[in-house]
Amino acid sequence: MAGVEAPSLRDSIANAPAPRFFWDRAAAARFTDLDCGTSLGGRLADLAGRSVLVATASQLTTALALIELDAVARRLVILPPDAEAEHLGAVIAAAGIDAVIDDGAPPNAALELPVRITCAYSIAPTAESLPARVRTEWVLMTSGMTGAPKMVMHDLAGLTVAMQARSPADGAAVWGTFYDIRRYGGLQIFLRAVRGGASLVLSNAGEPVADHLARLAEHGVTHLSGTPSQWRRALMSPAIQNIAPRYVRLSGEIADQAILDSLRAAFPQAAIGHAYASTEAGVGFDVNDGLAGFPAGYFGAIRNGVEMKILDGSLRLRSRGVASSYVGGGQALADADGFVDTGDMVERRGDRYYFTGRRGGIINIGGLKVHPEEIEAVINRHPQVRMSLVRPKRNPITGSIVVADVVLKSEQQGTAARQIEVRDDILKFCREALPRHKVPAAISFVPALNVAATGKLLRRQG
Amino acid sequence: MSVKLTIIQQMEQIAREHGKILAPLKEDLVLADCGLDSLGFAVLVARLEDTLGLDPFTAAEDAFFPVTLGDFVKVYEHGGR
Repeated sequence: MAGVEAPSLRDSIANAPAPRFFWDRAAAARFTDLDCGTSLGGRLADLAGRSVLVATASQLTTALALIELDAVARRLVILPPDAEAEHLGAVIAAAGIDAVIDDGAPPNAALELPVRITCAYSIAPTAESLPARVRTEWVLMTSGMTGAPKMVMHDLAGLTVAMQARSPADGAAVWGTFYDIRRYGGLQIFLRAVRGGASLVLSNAGEPVADHLARLAEHGVTHLSGTPSQWRRALMSPAIQNIAPRYVRLSGEIADQAILDSLRAAFPQAAIGHAYASTEAGVGFDVNDGLAGFPAGYFGAIRNGVEMKILDGSLRLRSRGVASSYVGGGQALADADGFVDTGDMVERRGDRYYFTGRRGGIINIGGLKVHPEEIEAVINRHPQVRMSLVRPKRNPITGSIVVADVVLKSEQQGTAARQIEVRDDILKFCREALPRHKVPAAISFVPALNVAATGKLLRRQG
Repeated sequence: MSVKLTIIQQMEQIAREHGKILAPLKEDLVLADCGLDSLGFAVLVARLEDTLGLDPFTAAEDAFFPVTLGDFVKVYEHGGR
Protein backbone atom coordinates (compact mmCIF):
# COMPACT_ATOMS: atom_id res chain seq x y z
CA MET A 1 0.00 0.00 0.00
CA ALA A 2 1.24 3.50 0.70
CA GLY A 3 4.99 3.69 0.76
CA VAL A 4 5.44 0.40 -1.09
CA GLU A 5 6.52 1.21 -4.61
CA ALA A 6 5.63 -1.25 -7.32
CA PRO A 7 8.48 -1.81 -9.74
CA SER A 8 8.06 0.38 -12.80
CA LEU A 9 7.52 -1.18 -16.21
CA ARG A 10 11.07 -0.09 -17.04
CA ASP A 11 12.29 -2.10 -14.04
CA SER A 12 10.44 -5.11 -15.43
CA ILE A 13 12.12 -4.98 -18.83
CA ALA A 14 15.53 -4.42 -17.24
CA ASN A 15 14.95 -7.75 -15.49
CA ALA A 16 13.72 -9.61 -18.58
CA PRO A 17 15.73 -12.80 -19.05
CA ALA A 18 16.10 -12.35 -22.81
CA PRO A 19 15.01 -9.99 -25.58
CA ARG A 20 11.22 -9.79 -25.88
CA PHE A 21 9.00 -8.45 -28.65
CA PHE A 22 5.73 -6.76 -29.46
CA TRP A 23 4.49 -7.87 -32.85
CA ASP A 24 1.74 -6.37 -34.92
CA ARG A 25 0.91 -6.65 -38.62
CA ALA A 26 3.45 -4.04 -39.64
CA ALA A 27 6.30 -4.23 -37.18
CA ALA A 28 8.29 -6.13 -34.62
CA ALA A 29 9.54 -4.03 -31.71
CA ARG A 30 12.16 -5.53 -29.39
CA PHE A 31 10.77 -3.69 -26.41
CA THR A 32 13.39 -4.89 -23.97
CA ASP A 33 15.67 -2.44 -25.84
CA LEU A 34 13.77 0.37 -24.10
CA ASP A 35 16.03 -0.32 -21.13
CA CYS A 36 18.63 1.82 -22.94
CA GLY A 37 16.51 3.12 -25.78
CA THR A 38 13.56 5.30 -26.70
CA SER A 39 10.65 5.47 -29.11
CA LEU A 40 9.82 9.00 -27.95
CA GLY A 41 12.85 10.74 -29.38
CA GLY A 42 14.61 10.78 -26.04
CA ARG A 43 12.27 13.51 -24.83
CA LEU A 44 11.28 12.10 -21.46
CA ALA A 45 12.48 15.29 -19.78
CA ASP A 46 9.74 17.20 -21.66
CA LEU A 47 7.13 14.75 -20.43
CA ALA A 48 8.26 14.38 -16.81
CA GLY A 49 5.50 15.28 -14.35
CA ARG A 50 2.95 15.98 -17.05
CA SER A 51 -0.53 14.64 -17.61
CA VAL A 52 -0.04 12.79 -20.87
CA LEU A 53 -2.72 11.68 -23.31
CA VAL A 54 -1.65 8.53 -25.14
CA ALA A 55 -3.53 8.96 -28.42
CA THR A 56 -1.64 6.61 -30.70
CA ALA A 57 -3.39 4.87 -33.58
CA SER A 58 -1.69 1.51 -33.12
CA GLN A 59 -1.49 -0.71 -30.07
CA LEU A 60 2.21 -1.33 -30.66
CA THR A 61 3.16 2.31 -30.19
CA THR A 62 0.77 2.52 -27.23
CA ALA A 63 2.66 -0.36 -25.63
CA LEU A 64 6.06 1.25 -26.20
CA ALA A 65 4.90 4.64 -24.91
CA LEU A 66 3.37 3.16 -21.76
CA ILE A 67 6.64 1.44 -20.83
CA GLU A 68 8.62 4.64 -21.30
CA LEU A 69 6.16 6.89 -19.52
CA ASP A 70 5.35 4.79 -16.45
CA ALA A 71 7.04 6.40 -13.42
CA VAL A 72 7.88 9.45 -15.60
CA ALA A 73 4.51 11.06 -16.36
CA ARG A 74 2.37 12.26 -13.46
CA ARG A 75 -0.68 10.86 -15.21
CA LEU A 76 -1.20 8.61 -18.24
CA VAL A 77 -4.58 8.91 -19.92
CA ILE A 78 -5.06 6.07 -22.38
CA LEU A 79 -7.38 6.94 -25.23
CA PRO A 80 -9.33 3.93 -26.52
CA PRO A 81 -9.41 3.46 -30.30
CA ASP A 82 -13.13 4.12 -30.56
CA ALA A 83 -13.12 7.32 -28.51
CA GLU A 84 -15.44 9.95 -29.94
CA ALA A 85 -13.63 13.04 -31.16
CA GLU A 86 -16.40 15.22 -29.73
CA HIS A 87 -15.47 14.14 -26.17
CA LEU A 88 -11.75 14.93 -26.52
CA GLY A 89 -12.00 18.51 -25.32
CA ALA A 90 -13.83 17.46 -22.16
CA VAL A 91 -11.32 14.67 -21.51
CA ILE A 92 -8.38 17.05 -21.87
CA ALA A 93 -9.93 19.61 -19.55
CA ALA A 94 -11.06 17.14 -16.88
CA ALA A 95 -7.74 15.29 -16.75
CA GLY A 96 -5.58 18.40 -16.93
CA ILE A 97 -3.79 17.02 -19.98
CA ASP A 98 -0.78 19.06 -21.09
CA ALA A 99 1.01 16.65 -23.42
CA VAL A 100 0.01 14.19 -26.12
CA ILE A 101 1.66 11.17 -27.68
CA ASP A 102 0.60 10.20 -31.19
CA ASP A 103 2.19 7.94 -33.76
CA GLY A 104 2.11 10.15 -36.80
CA ALA A 105 -1.59 10.09 -37.58
CA PRO A 106 -2.93 13.58 -38.33
CA PRO A 107 -3.35 15.34 -35.00
CA ASN A 108 -6.85 16.28 -33.98
CA ALA A 109 -7.53 20.00 -33.84
CA ALA A 110 -8.40 19.62 -30.16
CA LEU A 111 -4.88 18.39 -29.46
CA GLU A 112 -3.12 21.76 -29.51
CA LEU A 113 -1.21 21.02 -26.34
CA PRO A 114 2.12 22.35 -25.02
CA VAL A 115 3.96 19.12 -25.80
CA ARG A 116 3.27 16.79 -28.70
CA ILE A 117 5.58 13.87 -29.33
CA THR A 118 5.32 11.19 -31.98
CA CYS A 119 6.05 7.67 -30.85
CA ALA A 120 8.15 5.71 -33.36
CA TYR A 121 7.65 2.05 -34.21
CA SER A 122 11.37 1.51 -33.72
CA ILE A 123 13.56 1.97 -30.67
CA ALA A 124 16.63 4.18 -30.92
CA PRO A 125 19.53 3.97 -28.48
CA THR A 126 19.61 6.82 -26.01
CA ALA A 127 21.91 7.93 -23.24
CA GLU A 128 19.40 10.31 -21.67
CA SER A 129 19.15 10.11 -17.93
CA LEU A 130 15.76 9.29 -16.48
CA PRO A 131 13.70 12.02 -14.82
CA ALA A 132 12.89 11.70 -11.13
CA ARG A 133 10.71 8.71 -10.50
CA VAL A 134 7.03 9.42 -9.77
CA ARG A 135 4.03 7.26 -8.96
CA THR A 136 2.10 7.55 -12.19
CA GLU A 137 -1.69 7.67 -12.22
CA TRP A 138 -3.08 5.39 -14.90
CA VAL A 139 -6.39 6.56 -16.32
CA LEU A 140 -8.62 4.27 -18.38
CA MET A 141 -11.85 5.16 -20.10
CA THR A 142 -15.01 3.14 -19.75
CA SER A 143 -17.26 2.46 -22.66
CA GLY A 144 -20.51 4.11 -21.75
CA MET A 145 -23.14 3.47 -24.38
CA THR A 146 -24.22 7.09 -24.21
CA GLY A 147 -22.60 10.37 -23.29
CA ALA A 148 -19.01 11.13 -22.42
CA PRO A 149 -16.79 8.25 -21.28
CA LYS A 150 -15.92 8.03 -17.61
CA MET A 151 -12.25 8.25 -16.72
CA VAL A 152 -11.24 5.69 -14.13
CA MET A 153 -8.06 6.18 -12.12
CA HIS A 154 -5.73 3.34 -11.14
CA ASP A 155 -2.07 3.00 -10.28
CA LEU A 156 0.32 0.34 -11.49
CA ALA A 157 0.39 -1.48 -8.15
CA GLY A 158 -3.41 -1.87 -8.30
CA LEU A 159 -3.46 -2.84 -11.97
CA THR A 160 -0.89 -5.58 -11.41
CA VAL A 161 -1.94 -6.78 -7.95
CA ALA A 162 -3.47 -10.00 -9.27
CA MET A 163 -0.27 -10.85 -11.14
CA GLN A 164 2.00 -10.59 -8.12
CA ALA A 165 -0.03 -13.27 -6.41
CA ARG A 166 0.83 -15.74 -9.15
CA SER A 167 3.69 -18.12 -9.76
CA PRO A 168 7.03 -16.84 -11.05
CA ALA A 169 6.97 -15.51 -14.57
CA ASP A 170 7.10 -17.99 -17.38
CA GLY A 171 9.84 -16.48 -19.51
CA ALA A 172 9.07 -18.55 -22.58
CA ALA A 173 5.50 -17.33 -22.79
CA VAL A 174 4.12 -15.56 -25.85
CA TRP A 175 0.95 -13.75 -24.96
CA GLY A 176 -1.74 -12.82 -27.42
CA THR A 177 -5.01 -11.04 -26.98
CA PHE A 178 -8.08 -10.35 -29.07
CA TYR A 179 -8.66 -7.30 -26.87
CA ASP A 180 -7.28 -3.87 -27.45
CA ILE A 181 -4.66 -3.09 -24.80
CA ARG A 182 -6.14 0.39 -24.34
CA ARG A 183 -9.04 -1.14 -22.45
CA TYR A 184 -8.88 -2.76 -19.01
CA GLY A 185 -9.02 -6.37 -20.23
CA GLY A 186 -6.33 -5.86 -22.84
CA LEU A 187 -4.18 -3.72 -20.56
CA GLN A 188 -4.13 -6.64 -18.12
CA ILE A 189 -2.61 -8.83 -20.83
CA PHE A 190 -0.07 -6.18 -21.82
CA LEU A 191 0.98 -5.85 -18.17
CA ARG A 192 1.13 -9.62 -17.71
CA ALA A 193 3.45 -9.91 -20.70
CA VAL A 194 5.75 -7.07 -19.62
CA ARG A 195 5.74 -8.06 -15.94
CA GLY A 196 6.24 -11.73 -16.80
CA GLY A 197 9.09 -11.23 -19.25
CA ALA A 198 7.03 -12.46 -22.18
CA SER A 199 6.47 -11.31 -25.74
CA LEU A 200 3.06 -10.13 -26.96
CA VAL A 201 1.24 -10.42 -30.28
CA LEU A 202 -1.03 -7.44 -30.95
CA SER A 203 -3.81 -6.96 -33.47
CA ASN A 204 -4.30 -4.07 -35.86
CA ALA A 205 -7.39 -1.99 -36.38
CA GLY A 206 -9.78 -3.67 -38.77
CA GLU A 207 -7.57 -6.73 -39.13
CA PRO A 208 -9.50 -9.85 -40.22
CA VAL A 209 -9.63 -12.54 -37.53
CA ALA A 210 -7.95 -15.03 -39.85
CA ASP A 211 -4.95 -12.71 -40.34
CA HIS A 212 -4.61 -12.15 -36.60
CA LEU A 213 -4.80 -15.90 -35.98
CA ALA A 214 -2.16 -16.50 -38.65
CA ARG A 215 0.19 -14.09 -36.88
CA LEU A 216 -0.54 -15.67 -33.51
CA ALA A 217 0.41 -19.03 -35.07
CA GLU A 218 3.52 -17.60 -36.69
CA HIS A 219 4.83 -16.34 -33.33
CA GLY A 220 3.84 -19.50 -31.48
CA VAL A 221 1.34 -17.96 -29.05
CA THR A 222 1.23 -19.83 -25.73
CA HIS A 223 -1.23 -17.70 -23.74
CA LEU A 224 -4.28 -16.25 -25.47
CA SER A 225 -7.02 -14.07 -24.07
CA GLY A 226 -10.31 -12.68 -25.31
CA THR A 227 -13.98 -12.21 -24.60
CA PRO A 228 -16.38 -15.13 -25.18
CA SER A 229 -17.68 -13.25 -28.26
CA GLN A 230 -14.16 -12.87 -29.64
CA TRP A 231 -13.47 -16.55 -29.00
CA ARG A 232 -16.73 -17.59 -30.70
CA ARG A 233 -15.73 -15.52 -33.71
CA ALA A 234 -12.23 -17.04 -33.71
CA LEU A 235 -13.70 -20.55 -33.54
CA MET A 236 -15.56 -19.79 -36.77
CA SER A 237 -12.24 -19.33 -38.58
CA PRO A 238 -10.43 -22.38 -39.96
CA ALA A 239 -7.18 -20.57 -39.03
CA ILE A 240 -7.88 -21.46 -35.38
CA GLN A 241 -6.43 -24.90 -36.16
CA ASN A 242 -2.97 -23.42 -36.54
CA ILE A 243 -2.61 -22.23 -32.95
CA ALA A 244 -2.02 -24.39 -29.89
CA PRO A 245 -2.02 -22.17 -26.80
CA ARG A 246 -1.18 -23.72 -23.43
CA TYR A 247 -3.45 -21.26 -21.66
CA VAL A 248 -6.78 -19.98 -22.91
CA ARG A 249 -8.40 -17.15 -20.99
CA LEU A 250 -11.83 -15.58 -21.24
CA SER A 251 -13.09 -12.44 -19.58
CA GLY A 252 -15.18 -9.35 -20.22
CA GLU A 253 -18.46 -11.19 -20.79
CA ILE A 254 -20.26 -14.16 -19.27
CA ALA A 255 -18.45 -17.37 -20.16
CA ASP A 256 -21.25 -19.87 -20.68
CA GLN A 257 -20.77 -23.63 -20.63
CA ALA A 258 -21.07 -23.87 -24.41
CA ILE A 259 -18.03 -21.68 -25.12
CA LEU A 260 -15.99 -23.36 -22.39
CA ASP A 261 -16.82 -26.77 -23.91
CA SER A 262 -16.08 -25.55 -27.44
CA LEU A 263 -12.67 -24.29 -26.36
CA ARG A 264 -11.98 -27.54 -24.51
CA ALA A 265 -12.76 -29.44 -27.73
CA ALA A 266 -10.58 -27.10 -29.82
CA PHE A 267 -7.64 -27.11 -27.38
CA PRO A 268 -7.70 -30.42 -25.51
CA GLN A 269 -4.26 -29.83 -23.97
CA ALA A 270 -4.76 -26.24 -22.79
CA ALA A 271 -5.58 -24.89 -19.37
CA ILE A 272 -8.82 -22.95 -19.86
CA GLY A 273 -9.86 -20.30 -17.40
CA HIS A 274 -12.41 -17.54 -17.24
CA ALA A 275 -11.77 -14.44 -15.23
CA TYR A 276 -13.93 -11.74 -13.77
CA ALA A 277 -12.69 -8.15 -13.83
CA SER A 278 -14.00 -4.70 -14.61
CA THR A 279 -12.46 -1.31 -15.27
CA GLU A 280 -13.80 0.10 -12.01
CA ALA A 281 -13.69 -2.95 -9.74
CA GLY A 282 -10.39 -4.37 -10.97
CA VAL A 283 -9.63 -8.07 -11.04
CA GLY A 284 -12.11 -10.22 -9.14
CA PHE A 285 -11.28 -13.88 -9.60
CA ASP A 286 -10.29 -16.67 -11.95
CA VAL A 287 -12.27 -19.87 -12.47
CA ASN A 288 -10.18 -22.78 -13.71
CA ASP A 289 -12.40 -25.85 -13.30
CA GLY A 290 -13.86 -25.66 -16.79
CA LEU A 291 -17.35 -24.87 -15.52
CA ALA A 292 -19.47 -21.77 -16.05
CA GLY A 293 -20.17 -19.62 -13.00
CA PHE A 294 -18.04 -19.71 -9.87
CA PRO A 295 -18.05 -21.63 -6.58
CA ALA A 296 -20.21 -20.26 -3.78
CA GLY A 297 -17.15 -20.58 -1.55
CA TYR A 298 -15.65 -17.50 -3.23
CA PHE A 299 -17.81 -15.45 -0.89
CA GLY A 300 -17.06 -15.05 2.76
CA ALA A 301 -13.27 -15.11 2.57
CA ILE A 302 -10.61 -12.77 1.23
CA ARG A 303 -9.24 -14.56 -1.81
CA ASN A 304 -6.07 -13.15 -3.41
CA GLY A 305 -6.81 -9.89 -1.67
CA VAL A 306 -10.34 -9.64 -3.05
CA GLU A 307 -13.53 -9.54 -0.96
CA MET A 308 -16.89 -10.14 -2.60
CA LYS A 309 -20.47 -9.63 -1.56
CA ILE A 310 -23.91 -9.44 -3.14
CA LEU A 311 -26.24 -6.54 -2.59
CA ASP A 312 -29.52 -6.03 -4.47
CA GLY A 313 -28.59 -8.98 -6.66
CA SER A 314 -25.35 -7.57 -8.02
CA LEU A 315 -21.75 -8.54 -7.35
CA ARG A 316 -19.67 -6.07 -5.29
CA LEU A 317 -15.88 -6.19 -5.00
CA ARG A 318 -13.36 -4.66 -2.64
CA SER A 319 -9.62 -5.03 -3.16
CA ARG A 320 -6.35 -3.20 -3.79
CA GLY A 321 -7.19 -3.54 -7.49
CA VAL A 322 -10.29 -1.37 -7.23
CA ALA A 323 -9.91 1.96 -9.04
CA SER A 324 -9.21 4.91 -6.75
CA SER A 325 -11.69 7.38 -8.24
CA TYR A 326 -13.23 8.87 -11.33
CA VAL A 327 -11.18 11.70 -12.79
CA GLY A 328 -13.10 14.93 -12.53
CA GLY A 329 -15.05 13.86 -9.47
CA GLY A 330 -18.75 13.42 -9.90
CA GLN A 331 -20.21 10.23 -8.61
CA ALA A 332 -18.51 8.02 -6.05
CA LEU A 333 -16.85 4.92 -7.40
CA ALA A 334 -17.16 2.78 -4.28
CA ASP A 335 -19.58 2.69 -1.37
CA ALA A 336 -18.64 3.86 2.12
CA ASP A 337 -17.01 0.49 2.84
CA GLY A 338 -14.93 0.54 -0.32
CA PHE A 339 -17.01 -1.97 -2.29
CA VAL A 340 -17.59 -1.28 -5.98
CA ASP A 341 -20.95 -2.25 -7.46
CA THR A 342 -20.11 -4.09 -10.68
CA GLY A 343 -23.69 -3.91 -12.02
CA ASP A 344 -23.32 -7.60 -12.91
CA MET A 345 -26.24 -9.63 -11.56
CA VAL A 346 -25.62 -13.07 -10.07
CA GLU A 347 -27.85 -15.87 -8.85
CA ARG A 348 -27.11 -19.04 -6.94
CA ARG A 349 -27.93 -22.46 -8.37
CA GLY A 350 -26.71 -25.35 -6.22
CA ASP A 351 -23.19 -24.72 -4.99
CA ARG A 352 -22.27 -22.19 -7.67
CA TYR A 353 -23.14 -18.65 -8.58
CA TYR A 354 -23.91 -17.71 -12.17
CA PHE A 355 -23.90 -14.33 -13.86
CA THR A 356 -27.32 -13.60 -15.30
CA GLY A 357 -26.65 -10.28 -17.04
CA ARG A 358 -26.22 -6.54 -16.57
CA ARG A 359 -28.52 -4.65 -14.24
CA GLY A 360 -29.27 -2.13 -17.00
CA GLY A 361 -29.89 -4.83 -19.61
CA ILE A 362 -33.07 -6.30 -18.18
CA ILE A 363 -35.95 -6.71 -20.64
CA ASN A 364 -39.45 -6.31 -19.26
CA ILE A 365 -42.01 -8.62 -20.88
CA GLY A 366 -45.40 -7.63 -19.57
CA GLY A 367 -43.99 -7.25 -16.07
CA LEU A 368 -41.78 -10.34 -16.21
CA LYS A 369 -38.07 -9.57 -16.17
CA VAL A 370 -35.47 -11.33 -18.23
CA HIS A 371 -31.75 -10.93 -18.92
CA PRO A 372 -30.89 -11.53 -22.58
CA GLU A 373 -27.70 -13.32 -21.50
CA GLU A 374 -29.56 -16.15 -19.75
CA ILE A 375 -31.49 -16.92 -22.94
CA GLU A 376 -28.32 -16.71 -25.05
CA ALA A 377 -26.66 -19.21 -22.71
CA VAL A 378 -29.45 -21.71 -23.47
CA ILE A 379 -29.42 -21.08 -27.24
CA ASN A 380 -25.62 -21.36 -27.31
CA ARG A 381 -25.86 -24.82 -25.78
CA HIS A 382 -27.56 -26.05 -28.94
CA PRO A 383 -24.96 -28.11 -30.82
CA GLN A 384 -25.49 -26.28 -34.10
CA VAL A 385 -25.21 -22.76 -32.69
CA ARG A 386 -21.99 -20.77 -32.67
CA MET A 387 -23.28 -17.58 -31.02
CA SER A 388 -26.46 -15.63 -30.45
CA LEU A 389 -27.87 -12.26 -29.52
CA VAL A 390 -31.17 -11.90 -27.71
CA ARG A 391 -32.78 -8.49 -27.97
CA PRO A 392 -36.04 -6.84 -27.03
CA LYS A 393 -38.59 -6.09 -29.70
CA ARG A 394 -41.39 -3.61 -29.11
CA ASN A 395 -44.70 -5.30 -28.67
CA PRO A 396 -48.18 -3.74 -28.42
CA ILE A 397 -49.38 -6.28 -25.86
CA THR A 398 -46.51 -6.89 -23.44
CA GLY A 399 -44.43 -3.78 -24.12
CA SER A 400 -41.50 -5.94 -25.16
CA ILE A 401 -40.87 -9.44 -26.30
CA VAL A 402 -37.58 -11.20 -26.90
CA VAL A 403 -36.27 -12.23 -30.30
CA ALA A 404 -32.96 -13.89 -31.13
CA ASP A 405 -30.36 -13.48 -33.86
CA VAL A 406 -28.40 -16.68 -34.23
CA VAL A 407 -25.12 -17.52 -35.97
CA LEU A 408 -24.88 -21.20 -36.84
CA LYS A 409 -21.65 -23.14 -36.89
CA SER A 410 -20.36 -22.83 -40.44
CA GLU A 411 -21.02 -26.42 -41.44
CA GLN A 412 -24.70 -26.04 -40.48
CA GLN A 413 -25.63 -23.27 -42.84
CA GLY A 414 -27.56 -24.81 -45.66
CA THR A 415 -30.88 -24.90 -47.38
CA ALA A 416 -33.88 -22.89 -46.24
CA ALA A 417 -35.68 -26.11 -45.30
CA ARG A 418 -32.72 -27.14 -43.16
CA GLN A 419 -32.75 -23.73 -41.47
CA ILE A 420 -36.43 -24.04 -40.55
CA GLU A 421 -35.69 -27.44 -39.07
CA VAL A 422 -32.81 -26.04 -36.99
CA ARG A 423 -34.88 -23.04 -35.92
CA ASP A 424 -37.71 -25.25 -34.69
CA ASP A 425 -35.19 -27.39 -32.89
CA ILE A 426 -33.63 -24.39 -31.13
CA LEU A 427 -37.08 -23.20 -30.08
CA LYS A 428 -37.89 -26.64 -28.74
CA PHE A 429 -34.58 -26.54 -26.86
CA CYS A 430 -35.54 -23.16 -25.35
CA ARG A 431 -39.03 -24.32 -24.40
CA GLU A 432 -37.57 -27.25 -22.52
CA ALA A 433 -35.12 -25.10 -20.58
CA LEU A 434 -36.88 -21.77 -20.07
CA PRO A 435 -40.19 -20.41 -18.83
CA ARG A 436 -42.52 -19.33 -21.63
CA HIS A 437 -41.84 -15.61 -21.55
CA LYS A 438 -38.10 -16.22 -22.04
CA VAL A 439 -38.55 -18.27 -25.19
CA PRO A 440 -37.80 -16.05 -28.21
CA ALA A 441 -40.87 -15.16 -30.24
CA ALA A 442 -38.74 -15.30 -33.37
CA ILE A 443 -35.31 -16.54 -34.38
CA SER A 444 -33.43 -15.08 -37.32
CA PHE A 445 -30.29 -16.62 -38.73
CA VAL A 446 -27.57 -14.09 -39.42
CA PRO A 447 -24.09 -14.58 -40.91
CA ALA A 448 -22.38 -12.68 -38.07
CA LEU A 449 -23.05 -10.58 -35.00
CA ASN A 450 -21.45 -7.23 -34.31
CA VAL A 451 -18.77 -7.22 -31.65
CA ALA A 452 -17.92 -3.79 -30.23
CA ALA A 453 -14.39 -2.43 -29.96
CA THR A 454 -14.50 -3.58 -26.35
CA GLY A 455 -14.80 -7.18 -27.54
CA LYS A 456 -18.31 -7.43 -26.19
CA LEU A 457 -21.37 -8.33 -28.16
CA LEU A 458 -22.96 -5.10 -29.35
CA ARG A 459 -26.34 -4.71 -27.70
CA ARG A 460 -28.78 -2.07 -28.79
CA GLN A 461 -31.93 -1.16 -27.00
CA GLY A 462 -34.80 -1.53 -29.42
CA MET B 1 -51.99 -18.37 -48.24
CA SER B 2 -54.76 -16.04 -47.11
CA VAL B 3 -54.20 -13.65 -44.25
CA LYS B 4 -56.91 -15.39 -42.28
CA LEU B 5 -55.38 -18.82 -42.78
CA THR B 6 -51.93 -17.53 -41.80
CA ILE B 7 -53.32 -16.08 -38.58
CA ILE B 8 -55.18 -19.25 -37.69
CA GLN B 9 -52.17 -21.43 -38.36
CA GLN B 10 -49.99 -19.21 -36.18
CA MET B 11 -52.55 -19.26 -33.39
CA GLU B 12 -52.65 -23.05 -33.50
CA GLN B 13 -48.85 -23.24 -33.56
CA ILE B 14 -48.49 -20.92 -30.56
CA ALA B 15 -51.21 -22.76 -28.64
CA ARG B 16 -49.24 -25.99 -29.19
CA GLU B 17 -45.98 -24.36 -28.09
CA HIS B 18 -47.56 -22.83 -25.00
CA GLY B 19 -49.59 -25.90 -24.09
CA LYS B 20 -52.93 -24.10 -24.48
CA ILE B 21 -56.20 -25.36 -25.89
CA LEU B 22 -57.89 -23.07 -28.41
CA ALA B 23 -61.61 -22.49 -28.59
CA PRO B 24 -63.13 -23.15 -32.05
CA LEU B 25 -61.76 -20.31 -34.20
CA LYS B 26 -64.96 -18.71 -35.47
CA GLU B 27 -65.37 -15.16 -36.76
CA ASP B 28 -67.25 -13.96 -33.69
CA LEU B 29 -64.94 -15.63 -31.17
CA VAL B 30 -64.01 -13.09 -28.49
CA LEU B 31 -60.21 -13.04 -28.45
CA ALA B 32 -60.07 -12.83 -24.68
CA ASP B 33 -61.78 -16.23 -24.59
CA CYS B 34 -59.80 -17.90 -27.37
CA GLY B 35 -57.35 -19.73 -25.11
CA LEU B 36 -54.21 -17.65 -25.72
CA ASP B 37 -53.02 -15.41 -22.90
CA SER B 38 -51.38 -12.02 -23.31
CA LEU B 39 -47.95 -13.56 -23.86
CA GLY B 40 -49.47 -15.79 -26.52
CA PHE B 41 -50.90 -12.73 -28.29
CA ALA B 42 -47.60 -10.90 -27.94
CA VAL B 43 -45.86 -13.79 -29.70
CA LEU B 44 -48.64 -13.94 -32.31
CA VAL B 45 -48.23 -10.26 -33.21
CA ALA B 46 -44.44 -10.66 -33.41
CA ARG B 47 -44.70 -13.75 -35.64
CA LEU B 48 -47.29 -12.14 -37.90
CA GLU B 49 -44.98 -9.19 -38.36
CA ASP B 50 -42.37 -11.64 -39.65
CA THR B 51 -44.71 -13.54 -41.95
CA LEU B 52 -47.01 -10.72 -43.12
CA GLY B 53 -44.47 -7.90 -42.83
CA LEU B 54 -46.74 -5.76 -40.70
CA ASP B 55 -47.50 -4.91 -37.07
CA PRO B 56 -50.70 -2.87 -37.35
CA PHE B 57 -50.90 -2.20 -33.61
CA THR B 58 -47.48 -0.71 -33.01
CA ALA B 59 -47.79 1.24 -36.26
CA ALA B 60 -51.19 2.68 -35.28
CA GLU B 61 -51.41 6.14 -33.78
CA ASP B 62 -54.24 5.24 -31.41
CA ALA B 63 -54.13 2.39 -28.96
CA PHE B 64 -56.68 -0.13 -30.08
CA PHE B 65 -57.12 -3.85 -30.12
CA PRO B 66 -59.88 -5.79 -31.86
CA VAL B 67 -62.41 -7.69 -29.78
CA THR B 68 -63.25 -10.65 -32.03
CA LEU B 69 -61.18 -12.90 -34.23
CA GLY B 70 -63.01 -11.54 -37.28
CA ASP B 71 -62.00 -7.98 -36.34
CA PHE B 72 -58.43 -9.11 -35.71
CA VAL B 73 -58.18 -10.66 -39.19
CA LYS B 74 -59.65 -7.52 -40.75
CA VAL B 75 -57.01 -5.34 -39.15
CA TYR B 76 -54.33 -7.38 -40.89
CA GLU B 77 -56.24 -7.61 -44.16
CA HIS B 78 -56.59 -3.83 -44.25
CA GLY B 79 -52.97 -3.20 -43.40
CA GLY B 80 -53.68 -1.63 -40.05
CA ARG B 81 -55.97 1.12 -41.30
